[in-house]
Amino acid sequence: MTAMLTAVLEPGGSGATALYIVAFSLFIIGVRRGTHPTTAKQGNLLAAFGMAIAVVATLLLDGIGNWGLIALGLGVGTAIGVIASIRVQMTEMPQMVALYNGVGGGAVALIAWSEIRHGISLGHEIPLDELIPVLFAAVVGSVSFWGSNIAFAKLQDLIPTRPLAVPGQQVINAILLIGIVAACINIAINNDDPNQAIFIAILLAAGLLGNLVVLPIGGADMPVVISLLNAFTGLSAAAAGFALDNVALIVAGTLVGSSGTILTMEMATAMNRSVGNILFAGFGGAPAGGGGSSGEERPHTSIGAQDAAIKLAYADSVVIVPGYGLAVAQAQHAIKEVADELEKRGVPVSYAIHPVAGRMPGHMNVLLAEADVPYEQLKEMEEINPEMPRTGVAVVVGANDVTNPAAKNDPDSPIAGMPIIEVNEAQQVIVIKRSLSPGFAGIDNDLFYEPNTSMLFADAKQAAAEIAAEVQSL
Amino acid sequence: MDLMTEITIFVLAAFVGFEVISKVPTTLHTPLMSQTNAIHGIVMLGGLIVVGFADDSLEYVIGTIAIAFGAINIVGGFMVTDRMLGMFSKKKKKPAASSAPAQAKESDMDSPELPRPGAAGAEEG
Repeated sequence: MTAMLTAVLEPGGSGATALYIVAFSLFIIGVRRGTHPTTAKQGNLLAAFGMAIAVVATLLLDGIGNWGLIALGLGVGTAIGVIASIRVQMTEMPQMVALYNGVGGGAVALIAWSEIRHGISLGHEIPLDELIPVLFAAVVGSVSFWGSNIAFAKLQDLIPTRPLAVPGQQVINAILLIGIVAACINIAINNDDPNQAIFIAILLAAGLLGNLVVLPIGGADMPVVISLLNAFTGLSAAAAGFALDNVALIVAGTLVGSSGTILTMEMATAMNRSVGNILFAGFGGAPAGGGGSSGEERPHTSIGAQDAAIKLAYADSVVIVPGYGLAVAQAQHAIKEVADELEKRGVPVSYAIHPVAGRMPGHMNVLLAEADVPYEQLKEMEEINPEMPRTGVAVVVGANDVTNPAAKNDPDSPIAGMPIIEVNEAQQVIVIKRSLSPGFAGIDNDLFYEPNTSMLFADAKQAAAEIAAEVQSL
Repeated sequence: MDLMTEITIFVLAAFVGFEVISKVPTTLHTPLMSQTNAIHGIVMLGGLIVVGFADDSLEYVIGTIAIAFGAINIVGGFMVTDRMLGMFSKKKKKPAASSAPAQAKESDMDSPELPRPGAAGAEEG
């Protein structure tokens, strides 16, 4: 007991390992608690506390120097992290997570580079059990960094969210991958004196691969991609742990790698697609030929806010189906107002949450919770679909693909088989949307042309505010 | 630490990750992804070790950038997760999802204290 205490207090050696054990125990408990609504917040704090312990333990290692640079890196990074997370809007959370994931991957790649340089400068053979993890960390870290940046740029609308297909894409990717593996083998064979230029070429090629893999993936699939990259970054951190003989990196990185894989598969399952299908086929498979861009105007019914208000106010029940458009328009508070007005008139309101509505699972829940929508009004897809035929009016706010009946009816549709919120079963449907343009999947939505569907072309926030005012004045 | 020990730790940690995560309500997917995202910021320790033992100017630069990246990942990740979960904290009082479709009369116009985006969870060396 006393021995352990002194070991902990003594700088370096087993003391650091003991603190690492405390740290990753806290990570495991933190993630565990993160899976339950009541304990999630506490779990996050525990994990953060564990991280603080791990950092302190590392700083206590024997012989650590260059304190000025360490302080500089910590200071700059912390400042950016704090400012970014205070400023970020709830609607921008997905791209924020993508960005944080990217810098994590970037850190792994840089550490791998520095390990190689260090190995070369020592002038003797680098053992393979150190070199192989370094190469793995370099490749995966670089893919993750650049892939996440593309995901961020897509979600931030810096580049088109639609799938960008490059001809011969798969071939280019395959060639890049083969080249990367060949270069890694070259370094491993020449492990007594590896060529640093080849290593840098590996970093660049992996970065290009990260770009090319994510670019053709449409916005609708981004959540799955971010989650997958998250798992990858975890694995690459574990690899860096192998290279540095650091048990905290191995445990924490692996933990993220495996738990991230599970999360990714759960998300893909919710879309009824496999991860491989998302990565290598993409929704972009038939964006132009898929019937969406046939050009001719199909007949649809268009209404204004006043008509919408009347339909809603006299409905037996109303189900609101939010999508990413709601997030973009920041319409969550305005929609809540509509719901409040309707409830004052005795119209029951609930919200139907598609598992992948928005750009991340749970995205809509976060937004609506921000607007103080009671938790019990949020219904999951399986819960609400059987109630749809008894629903008076379904209001689709900024959602598109997740309501497209083609997913059920048209086996040739690119989204065939994806579970949808069956709003077309409701007695009436109001779609609030800026135009008839297709969603992230790039395909037309038959729902818009159904006889019981009315289109309200407007910005979601403005439309909701107008509807709320109209309902109030009825 | 020898390689086999490290591989043992790796395999066990992988199983812990698989077991710990099963059956997460959809609502918590985003926060949980964000939290695990923050945890892989642990690579920052690698940056600390690199810089701490570096003796070459390019390594200083690479390592310092790695530390900064890692710190963004850690601090930003945990804080953003905390903000997201803060949105839910108030709602959690009555999670007993009754089977009734919707309770219309439950007045929810009062919002006495809005959950603040907590600024906790930040840590640095």
